[in-house]
Amino acid sequence: MLIDWFTVIAQALNFLILVWLLKRFLYKPILNAIDAREKKVADELADADAKEVEAQKEKEEFRRKNEELDQQRAALMNQAKYEAQTERQRLFEEVRKETSYLRTKQQEALKNDKENLNQAISRRVQQEVFDIARKVLKDLAGTSLEERTVDVFVQRLHELKGEEKEQLTSALSKSSGPVLVRTAFELPQAQRDLVKKAIKETLGIEIQLRFETSSDLVNGIELTTDGQKVAWSIADYLTSLEKSIDELLKEQPRSEAKSKPESESEPKPDDSRSKTKPEAKTKPESTSDMPKPEEGSETKSKTKQESENKQKSKDKQESETKFESETNPSETKP
Amino acid sequence: MRLSPDELIFWQSGFIKLNATIVYTWGLMLVMVVGSKILTGKLSTGLTRSRWQNVLEIIVTTILRQIEDIGLDQPQKYLGFLGTLFLFIGMANLCIIIPGYEPPTGSLSTTAALALCVFVAVPLFGIEEQGVGNYLRSYTEPTIIMLPFNIISEISRTMALAVRLFGNIMSGSMIVAILLTITPFIFPIVMTALGLLTGMVQAYIFSVLATVYIAAATRTSKSRQKQKTGD
Repeated sequence: MLIDWFTVIAQALNFLILVWLLKRFLYKPILNAIDAREKKVADELADADAKEVEAQKEKEEFRRKNEELDQQRAALMNQAKYEAQTERQRLFEEVRKETSYLRTKQQEALKNDKENLNQAISRRVQQEVFDIARKVLKDLAGTSLEERTVDVFVQRLHELKGEEKEQLTSALSKSSGPVLVRTAFELPQAQRDLVKKAIKETLGIEIQLRFETSSDLVNGIELTTDGQKVAWSIADYLTSLEKSIDELLKEQPRSEAKSKPESESEPKPDDSRSKTKPEAKTKPESTSDMPKPEEGSETKSKTKQESENKQKSKDKQESETKFESETNPSETKP
Repeated sequence: MRLSPDELIFWQSGFIKLNATIVYTWGLMLVMVVGSKILTGKLSTGLTRSRWQNVLEIIVTTILRQIEDIGLDQPQKYLGFLGTLFLFIGMANLCIIIPGYEPPTGSLSTTAALALCVFVAVPLFGIEEQGVGNYLRSYTEPTIIMLPFNIISEISRTMALAVRLFGNIMSGSMIVAILLTITPFIFPIVMTALGLLTGMVQAYIFSVLATVYIAAATRTSKSRQKQKTGD
């Protein structure tokens, strides 16, 4: 018999025990491990999904922020550029104003200097001329001249008319004391009589005359009462001439100032002036001529700015501003 | 010449005896239990795991998938019984490469014991699944006339299970033994390799048939319900 029943029972028991043992030691742990791993993987995948979503969100956020920052930066840059440009413009304008102000101020000062000098010179010349004239006339004056003077005086008395004559007459008649007649030299008796006679003839009054000599008159004769005076003297002529020349000199600067704007375009001062003041002549030229090429180069640079690249033009502008700042002190020096 | 390892008796005391079949079975059980205990003692639940763990996982998941493919909805419930059947028979047959070893499956007592286990397990699982009445009623399907035939088929398939496994393994070891006496070189090795193959195939057949029987026993009520709802 091939079947041993005890062995069958033992084997069946063995098998059942093996089932239990393998369940306990093999299947359960393995299945648990697989389940745990699958759960872990699922968890990790879910976690990764969540993280990815979060990352996507954050990425979006960062992108948005980045864009915002870019925009802000661009705006700020634009603003800064604009401000820098306006500031530059303003500084340029300021410098230009300052230079023009200094230029006009200097020109004015020079003009004043010139006027003052001119006035001083003309005054000096006038004085010298009159001094010379006075001296010459004094030197030439003598008795014979005195006689001629009296003649002229008498003639003048005769020429008196209307109101003048009446005023003089009333003045002479009113005066209590003798009427004063002043001359540069002592008059001889014949001349004195002649004067007295002429007064009597013209005015029709008898008066007492008192004769005096005065060196002030240079050469001439003067009849003085209360407030009235009939005179002829070279000094009078000289004084009136002096007055008219003074007026002329005073008027001259005004007319010069009027004509200056026209003459400034091509400044050609007189040779005499240039000789007396060579420094003053060259300086106004330099101040008036210097800005011109400067302005030209500026406009040139503006056109260049468009054609050339920015860096170059920037350098150029910098050199320009340098040039300006260098020229400024030379202008303010005088 | 021994036909079965039952005949090699180490110790006997009346009815109780300790033959080679039992001893080798114990040896196999020891190896399997200790091996699985050692290997599953340090299982990792992480993404990295040892090669042995991988092997065990492959074996277990493959058995599970096979059970599921045959038609059992809850493979984990039957894994203990069916998996152990396959593993025990497979291990017993695989160990014939060890010299001096005689497979316990080469003994009709062992295969009969296993077949008896199946014979008992099938109605147990069927009753558990659909109740005593429904299970017993399945023997009268499609008509009451089929009842004796059903009972006969139940017994005969159990016997077939036992005899098929025993015959295959016993014949395999017999051929090797005979060949060893005729051509003790190369040929026994070839036949041993063939024996390994037939051993694994028999293990597979045995467990698959058991699965099919269980599936048939647990499925009848469901198919009936389906038919009823279909009508």
